[in-house]
Amino acid sequence: MADMPIAAPGPQTSSAAMIRTLGLVATVCGILLVLTYQGTLEAITANKRIALERAVFKVLPGAAGMREFYASPAGVVPAAGPVPEGAVKFYATYDKAGALTGVAAEAAAVGYADFVRILYAYDPARQVITGIGVVSHRETPGIGDKILTDKAFLANFAALDVRLAEDMKGLAHAVKTVKHGSKQSPWEIDAISGATVTSKAVGRGINDSAQRLLPLLVPNLDKLRSP
Amino acid sequence: MAIPGQKELTALENFMEGVWKQNPIFVMVLGMCPTLAVTVSAVNALAMGVATTFVLVCSALLVSLMRRIVPKEVRIATYIVIIATFVTIVDYLIAAISLALYEALGAFIQLIVVNCIILGRAEAHASKHPPAWAASNALGMGIGFAVALFALGAVREILGAGKLFGIALFGPDFQPWVVMVLPPGGFFVLGMWLLLFNWLRTRSPAAGAMKPVEGHGHG
Amino acid sequence: MTKSNFQLELRTSPHVKRGVSVERIMLHVVLALLPVAAFSVFQYGLSALALLLTTTATCLLAERGINRMAGRESTLGDWSAAITGLLLGLTLPPSFPLWMAAVAGLAAIGLGKALFGGIGFNVFNPALVGRAFVQAAFPVAITTWVPAFSAERFMGFIPTTFTAPLMTPPDITAWAKQAVDGFTGATPLARWKFETYFTPAQDFISGAATASAGESTAVLILLGGLYLAARRFLDWRIPVAVLGSAALVAWAFQLYDPARYPEPLFVILSGGLMLGAVFMATDMATSPVTPKGVWIYGALIGVVTVMIRYFGGLTEGVMYAILIGNACVPLIDQYTQPRVFGAQRGKA
Repeated sequence: MADMPIAAPGPQTSSAAMIRTLGLVATVCGILLVLTYQGTLEAITANKRIALERAVFKVLPGAAGMREFYASPAGVVPAAGPVPEGAVKFYATYDKAGALTGVAAEAAAVGYADFVRILYAYDPARQVITGIGVVSHRETPGIGDKILTDKAFLANFAALDVRLAEDMKGLAHAVKTVKHGSKQSPWEIDAISGATVTSKAVGRGINDSAQRLLPLLVPNLDKLRSP
Repeated sequence: MAIPGQKELTALENFMEGVWKQNPIFVMVLGMCPTLAVTVSAVNALAMGVATTFVLVCSALLVSLMRRIVPKEVRIATYIVIIATFVTIVDYLIAAISLALYEALGAFIQLIVVNCIILGRAEAHASKHPPAWAASNALGMGIGFAVALFALGAVREILGAGKLFGIALFGPDFQPWVVMVLPPGGFFVLGMWLLLFNWLRTRSPAAGAMKPVEGHGHG
Repeated sequence: MTKSNFQLELRTSPHVKRGVSVERIMLHVVLALLPVAAFSVFQYGLSALALLLTTTATCLLAERGINRMAGRESTLGDWSAAITGLLLGLTLPPSFPLWMAAVAGLAAIGLGKALFGGIGFNVFNPALVGRAFVQAAFPVAITTWVPAFSAERFMGFIPTTFTAPLMTPPDITAWAKQAVDGFTGATPLARWKFETYFTPAQDFISGAATASAGESTAVLILLGGLYLAARRFLDWRIPVAVLGSAALVAWAFQLYDPARYPEPLFVILSGGLMLGAVFMATDMATSPVTPKGVWIYGALIGVVTVMIRYFGGLTEGVMYAILIGNACVPLIDQYTQPRVFGAQRGKA
């Protein structure tokens, strides 16, 4: 059809015929789409839920249940309702008896290639970060992806100090990634030798997220305990 | 419904066209974007191949069914709507089957819509042939595409991670070739496969492009 | 047509008076490289010898195999594959596992040379293409360093040398520490970048500085270069332009902040700049043919090297600088064509 000479066009197609055809195609496709959407919605939601729970439970082991919240200047509300202005999403986990076991939130910063997205666990009682898990990254295999496996690096997050300052407006000490082998304070992260850029991205992401979330969250911890 | 001046193909030749003689990757070198981007592992490559095959076959079928009522002025718009629909369907299906796979393939599922193989087949083949012929030709194309993606993905996964389908082949001490899972590795491996195919082609002069029967032996 | 020995030199006047064949030039380059290779073996022992033999043998075998597959005449006699292999070995760390060195050799001849059509048609220096391939494939092994002059270097091999093919080399940090006291495992460039430690110049002359197999022998490299330049087998302008521009940029930075930036001598002696400037940037097939172009090309390599070292993620940038310079050669040649005598500007 494409090879036909343009000089000899067939009879002009009427606009009505074009609209009819396009309308028919759009209707057929629309029905197909709606059917697929409805058919797969449940499975997709369940999949996302399972993936999220798995990620959260990995950084907060021992939890039995989990709920999503928004923290905003207006207070802490469950994530089911409308999103308040300036809200930060986080997850609270509970044990079998329903007691609060920890809080997890997402952090992201640009690494060597694209964003490094991680999930960190926060212990409200001790005001420390107790673990991290990587959600997604595109760092160089063999170098940047050591943030997933390097034991010495992960040990930084056994009890990373994120205490709030006196005025409750920010962290007492900003979380900072320092050169390999020079960690001195509990709020510093010892970088992986040879993967400094990625290590710094993790530190920066945690600092940005904690500086925003914790001042909103800490005064409202009671709301998590008595849902 | 053959194009004038072209000899009538048998049903098998019609199907095998995409698998061997007109293989979308190794012969036509089309659809390079997903080819290079998602073939870091055999599973990703196969999933991409299956998803593309699904879109190819379904859109060929629908385009072929509607070929008599689609005015030529709006045919491209019609094809795009049909292709986009099936791409969206495949997008939902993959997310429902496995979220991990869905995230590994990323934007490349949605980008199937701009894969020139699909629009090319709709325009050049499906719109001129009855549904059964269009679908079987599209299936052949899809299989050819999937096999080629798998050929790339397997080599890149074996060298880049020492695994095939996630199963370690060489034990824990294997040294991964980092370059193979990076973009340059995709180009290197594709180049090597093209070299091999062209070498095979030139070695047997009888196996020229005009003899589709030759495909049976290899396909 | 009978095969003539006379070679046309693509240069403006003065022209060479006597025909010099490719084979003769290449043979002399091999001779000039031999002292560098010998000193490297003296520094690092049996492992360096095995490394150089492996890269050279792989390059020769690959050249032969590809020629045979393509149905071409054997080109081993022109010595160019041997030079590629020898140079490649000299740019690799002495501890580099032999199987990886073989991969590098295959990539050098296959990707860097044969794909473009063989000798004279390659766009990039084949040895550096091979090194760039293994740098991308095995980033850890290619930055694992061992000390020079360990006491037992002629008694045995470095533990990583005979790593089984496809396997990860063992960790040799402990081995390197016991072989030579006080060994840090970092090159002078890395120590400068991360610790602002300035390695003294005599370390580069004596070969004590941690480096690739053939990089820390500045005097021998310079002597080889002088010999080739004196016999007119290499264009002296290229190394002068590379080293001069690098030194100039380094000098400007040192004026700006002497505590942070090293002196020009450190910049031209450290890493692979000397080896690259004398033996790799001067490759005839991949450098410009116009006199003005040669200066531009050399200066580009020198400046890019210093920029990568000072501001890049890597500690060393000579390899990428020369590859970038190679890529610019056609452009440089096109814009520096000398005017034909009597012709007017703008009227070609």
